[in-house]
Order: sequence, then structure tokens, then C-alpha cells
Amino acid sequence: MSRFLDGRMPYVVCALGFLLAAWLYYWGTGYNEDKFVEIAEQREETQRQLDQRDIKIRDLNLQIREALNAPVPVKLGDPLPETRDYALGRAALQVEVAAWDIDVRPDGKGLPKGRGDVFTGEEVFSENCATCHGDFGEAVDRWPVLAGGHDTLAEEDPVKTIGSYWPYLSTVYDYVYRAMPFGNAQSLSHDDVYAITAYLLYVNDLVEDDFELSHENFGSISLPNEKNFYPDDRATTEYAAFTGEPCMSDCKQSVEITARARVIDVTPEEEGAEKQEVAALDTDQAVSSLVASGERVFRKCRSCHEIGASARNKSGPQLTGILGRKFGSLDNFNYSSAFKQAASEERIWDEASMAAFLAKPKGYLPGTKMGFAGLKKQEDLDAIIAYLKSAGE
Amino acid sequence: MAENNTTRRSFLKAGLTGAAATIATGAYAEGDPAITEIQPWMQELGEGVDARPYGTPSPFEKHVKRRNVEWLTADPVSSVNFTPLHELDGIITPNGLCFERHHAGIAEVDPAVHRLMINGLVEKELVFTMQDLMRFPRENRVYFLECAANTGMEWRGAQLNGCQFTHGMIHNVMYTGVPLRYILEAAGVKPNGKWILPEGADASGMTRSIPIEKALDDCMVAFKMNGEALRPEQGYPVRLVVPGWEGNMWVKWLRRIEVGDQPWHHREETSKYTDLFKDGRARRFTWEMDAKSVITNPSPQAPITHGKGHTVITGVAWSGRGTIPRVDVTIDGGKNWQKARISGPSFDKSMHRFYFEFDWDGRELLLQSRAHDSTGYVQPTKNELRKVRGENSIYHNNSIQTWYVNEKGVAENVEIS
Repeated sequence: MSRFLDGRMPYVVCALGFLLAAWLYYWGTGYNEDKFVEIAEQREETQRQLDQRDIKIRDLNLQIREALNAPVPVKLGDPLPETRDYALGRAALQVEVAAWDIDVRPDGKGLPKGRGDVFTGEEVFSENCATCHGDFGEAVDRWPVLAGGHDTLAEEDPVKTIGSYWPYLSTVYDYVYRAMPFGNAQSLSHDDVYAITAYLLYVNDLVEDDFELSHENFGSISLPNEKNFYPDDRATTEYAAFTGEPCMSDCKQSVEITARARVIDVTPEEEGAEKQEVAALDTDQAVSSLVASGERVFRKCRSCHEIGASARNKSGPQLTGILGRKFGSLDNFNYSSAFKQAASEERIWDEASMAAFLAKPKGYLPGTKMGFAGLKKQEDLDAIIAYLKSAGE
Repeated sequence: MAENNTTRRSFLKAGLTGAAATIATGAYAEGDPAITEIQPWMQELGEGVDARPYGTPSPFEKHVKRRNVEWLTADPVSSVNFTPLHELDGIITPNGLCFERHHAGIAEVDPAVHRLMINGLVEKELVFTMQDLMRFPRENRVYFLECAANTGMEWRGAQLNGCQFTHGMIHNVMYTGVPLRYILEAAGVKPNGKWILPEGADASGMTRSIPIEKALDDCMVAFKMNGEALRPEQGYPVRLVVPGWEGNMWVKWLRRIEVGDQPWHHREETSKYTDLFKDGRARRFTWEMDAKSVITNPSPQAPITHGKGHTVITGVAWSGRGTIPRVDVTIDGGKNWQKARISGPSFDKSMHRFYFEFDWDGRELLLQSRAHDSTGYVQPTKNELRKVRGENSIYHNNSIQTWYVNEKGVAENVEIS
């Protein structure tokens, strides 16, 4: 074999070289479509990945902005411990529960024994309630109206009273006993509260004038508006309508102002508020400790009486300069006949008469409309007279 | 507020406008005297650490206070005053500025003789002293308290000029207290105990019926607000916290909780706090406060005083049913809306603070904000709400508020089409 190739070797090498060159020319420098397509596809794929990354980055940037705008998630702390017997507090005594548990329910639970009729109720009401609520529950100033208002609830200006609006009579009993008279809560006897409640039924045309209310017949009385209350139904009547993505752009063609607060002009001015404060400060600086405690005692009076430079009549007359003033002498106040009589006698308020009156108003001046039982402690009397003097100067 | 009134605001406004004009005309060639002159506080010594043992705000802030509306009630003893929302920022209301609503004045209760009694349908009727209460496990939570009558004066039209008066029956406070659940479980609620009746120690003896589910869920018996003891006007020494529900239920000066098998239908859940509809019927037990928001600046008490240019709108939003993930703001009366930026922690049933910054071109603005809560509820317009409820329900007006701002930056409470 080697001998056979020996002489021809150069030719063989040349031929092989030629073939190699041809192969190299064809494969190395020539146009191969498959290869081109393959690489181009790889390039396109890479570009697509880059584009997707750009989109992703843009999206993440948006998410970052959203996150910055969104409320921060809050960690509220570790969970609370499970309940166990902490052995805190002590057993309530029966006498303690009885002292505080005064609440009354529509089914009569909590209603104490007692009775009172319309006639007695009128008297008790006139003594304790009429200064604010009026003789027939028609109300003085802006105090609550207790009677009337029937068939007004669907009108433009509804009058919500016990007769027109309240669903249960037990609420009247509970509230009057618990919180009335204003400033002297829990001072009425149960019989008095039955009587007042009977009177309130009467002025609302729900009973006759010979009616007596008691724990025995209480359950037989129902108020006319009871059926017109229904439980909160917002979940079914409102929430669906008030949920969903609202319009964000080009939501309406034009906008007009339809109402303005300035036209009504009921906003308090800042100036007035500041003046009042300065006056209060001046008083504070001047007061002695007796006057200061008198001012505290006066809290019992101020639901009906004002005192000071800008005092006005409320359900009781204003008391600025009361000591030295004639009884019943304000032109613009509607006094009881007892006070009118005292005025005709030219009686003058001095420390002695004021102390006697405030100790027992209805004892000192029978027929006064002032629904206040009186100050029992001498120190309170001394203090309030010192206050009335100082605040009247 | 009439424009020609010489109120503190208009003085302030005139002063600022004057200063701006001076700067613009270059009268400060010699330099701003606030910088070039030595002010007294740069030279003289101030008061020592013994002068103000309980700190109070700067005298320059003395206009920042609660205010009442005299004609609203018969007497200030049973009345309400309003939080100055337009002077506040962030989400926490300072204790001295939290609006007050009481029904027989501020009870000044001595904590040494204050007791909390649990009675009714329980295994053991109990009495706790303040010290007993503070030995239960405590928690800290931030909640808004909104009076159900907040914005109640605005049902029939734009009435009061200022967000303090239209929206100021709200505050947002961090409470420290005991979950009510611990106290009820100590007494052992009987299976038929379905309602509680919390009662206050003041002269109104405030009571409300609350279903036992809420009582055992997130109610608290709280004795601290923003870290310090409750203020007397907020129920010192202890009050009930009823998160997300109307403020009247958060009984102050809490002295007793009775457990019963049915509601009591007391005065504040029959005669009051029931929502009268146009047909003469009334909704009751409307406890939850729906999502609501208001722009606090600018607003009638806080006009824009800097003229056109970069302007910051801010306000607050809240919901009794969760958090506020989004607030939208419009400056053109609702033609176009944009999302506002919420800043600060987003607590459940707490106030949220939002901002919207824009370049004011000096033209008239009609500003509104619209809250979205975490249930998907969107704050309705005034007309949408009136369409359902009529105008006599007094309570639960959570509709969108509009402020009109004129070219001078003066703002007014208005209604729009």
C-alpha cells in the first residue's frame, strides 16, 4: 500500500488540498440560510426577553409608586393572652346592684312598684319640668318638645315628641327617673315618676284626665309610633349602590353651584368667641376661693339662669346684679304671680332674703315656678351668694 | 364669613399677602429683617424647666381650639363642641382638642370612689375598682370616634362655613385599656346573655344597648388616651370604646354594664340616634359609621393665602367598617378625579391622612374628596344619600363635601350640581 502511494503522494495531497479549499470556500465563506435563520431567531428571542424585562421593570416601578401611595401595612403587636381566672374584682352585694340597677325595659323588666295619676302629674310636672318643657310639654326656648307633633313625621319639619315619635312608654319612665329634672337627677320618687308619665300621656291625648298609671297597668299602654321603627338595613338597601369603581375622568359636562353657606350665614364668628374667653379669664383672676366654690354651686342653676356681662334670660331670669335688685323686676321676663306680687310689694333681694329663698324656694315664696329643691348646706349658701355678688359687679 | 370682617384670619391673610408682595417688589434689598435683625428669643433667656410643669401650646397657636355653635342646643351643659380639623395634621387628635359631647355637663369623677359593676345575666355579679381594672391584660389601639350627628346640620343644604363645624364631631386617639371580653368573661356571661347595657356615672346616666357579639369582639374599657389619663370631658377615669360605631355608644364615666337577653330601647336609641326617613318611618340600631372623608385644607377657616403655584391639599378619611385604601380628589367639581396620596399608618377603624399636591393656576376651584374603604364601599354624593334617606334623618350623613375656592383663595361651603 505504501509503495503504491509513494510516487503519487504529491498528487493525492494536492487533490485533498483542493477539496479542503473548496469545502472551506463553500462552508466557511459561503451563504448558509439555515444558520442565519437560527441565529436571527436567537437574537429575536433575546430582544423579546429584554423587552419583557423592560415591561416588567416599568410594571414594578408602577407597583413601587402604588406601594408608596398605599397605606402602610401595620403590625398591631403580639396576640393577647388567653382568658384565665385573674381573680379580680369582688362579688357585688344585692344592695349595691339594687342601688344602681334602675333601668326599665319595654317588657316591664325593672319597673318598680308605684302609681300616680294625671292630676298629681300636672302638679309635679309644673314644679319640676315646666321651666324648660313648658306647662303642657310645648317647650321653652330650644328645650325638647314633649307633646303634640302627631302626623308630622313625614312632613318637611317633623316634630318628634313622646306621642308622635317615641316607640315605648318604658323609655319615658326610665329616662325621667334616671336623668330628670335636669341638674337634679334621681331626686323624684317612683310615684312622682308614674304621675309625670301619666301626665305626659295625657298631654299627648293618649289617656283621659282621670287616668292613673301604675306598675299594674303599665304593660297595657303602647305608643302609636312603635310600629314605624325598623332595624338598620343599609347592607341591603345601600351598600350595593355605593360600591364599585367610580368614574375618574370626563364624568360630567358642566358643574354649577346650587347652594352656598354664606347665604344662610349661621357660622359663629371667631371674634365673639375670643371676647367671651377674655371675660372668663378676667373673672377667673379676680375670684376668691369662696367665690370659686360658689361658681361650682352655680352649676346647679345654670341650666336655667345666666349671669355676667352678656347674660340673657333663659327659662329663668338672668341674674347679673341680682343682689340689690327688686324682686321680679326684669321687663322682658314672664314672672310667676308669686314674683309679681313680691314686685308690687317693692321687695329687694339682699343676702338674707336670697339665702332664705335658695334654702327652700317654694317655702320662702310659695307659687314660684322655679323647679329647684333648695340648697341644704350653709356653706353652699354662703358660697353662692358670694358668687352672685361677684358675678354681678 | 363675610369677606370684610376683621377676623384673625383675614388679618393673617392680609399680613401674608403684604409680605409676599414686598418680596416680589424687591423691597428686601437690604435683606429680610427676620434674618438681618436679632429677634428677642435669639438674645434673651427663656423660661426654665420649672415654669411649665404641664406644657401648653405656643401663644401663637391660641386660636386653635374647640368651638361650639350657640344656636344649636338649648344649653352648653347638654351640647357639643367641635374639633378644629383645619388646624391639625397627621392622624392623632391632641387630647385637649378632641370634641366634646355630653348630656349633663362634664362629670368630675374621683377615681378613688369610682366603681365598675357587672350585673344581670352573669354567673357572678362583680364590682371592680380602678386598680382592679388595670390588672387585666391591656392593649393599645388607635380608633376614630365620630358622633352620629357629625355633618347633621348639612342635610338640607350647605350651612356652616368651616370643616370644624361641618365635620368636627370626630377625633382619633390611641387608647390604652382592657378588652371588654376579659371583664365579661370574669363575670361569666350566661347563654341567654345577648345584649349589654353600659351606663355612665354622670347626671344623665347615659345608657345604650350593644349586642354581645360586638362586646366580645373589639370593645375596650379604656383609661388612657394618647398615653395619659382620659380627660374629664372624655370620661375620666374610664370609658367604653366601641370601634367603628357611633360615638354616643362609647359611654363615658363607665360605672356599670348590665347583661340582658334583649335591648333596652332607652332614650338615646329611640328618641335620639334613630334615623327618620322621608316616609315617616325610622331606622334604628344604625351603629356602624360608613366611610367618609373631608378636605381640611383649604377650607373656609383655612383659605389659600400664598397665591398661585405649588399647592398642597390635605384631609382625613375614615370608615367604621375597616381601613381606607384609597381617597380620590377632584379640583373641578367632579369632572375629573385623581388618586390622593395617603400618609401615615393605616389602622382598622382609624383616621387616615391624605395629600394631593398640584400647581394652582389661580382659577376658581371646586374641591371634593371621595373615600373608598376596605369593603369596596365608596363615599356617596350628598344627592345620592338624600335620594335614599330624605333630609330629616339628622344622623349618619357621610356624603361628599364641596368647598368652593375663589381666585383669592377664599373658601366656602357649597353644594354643586
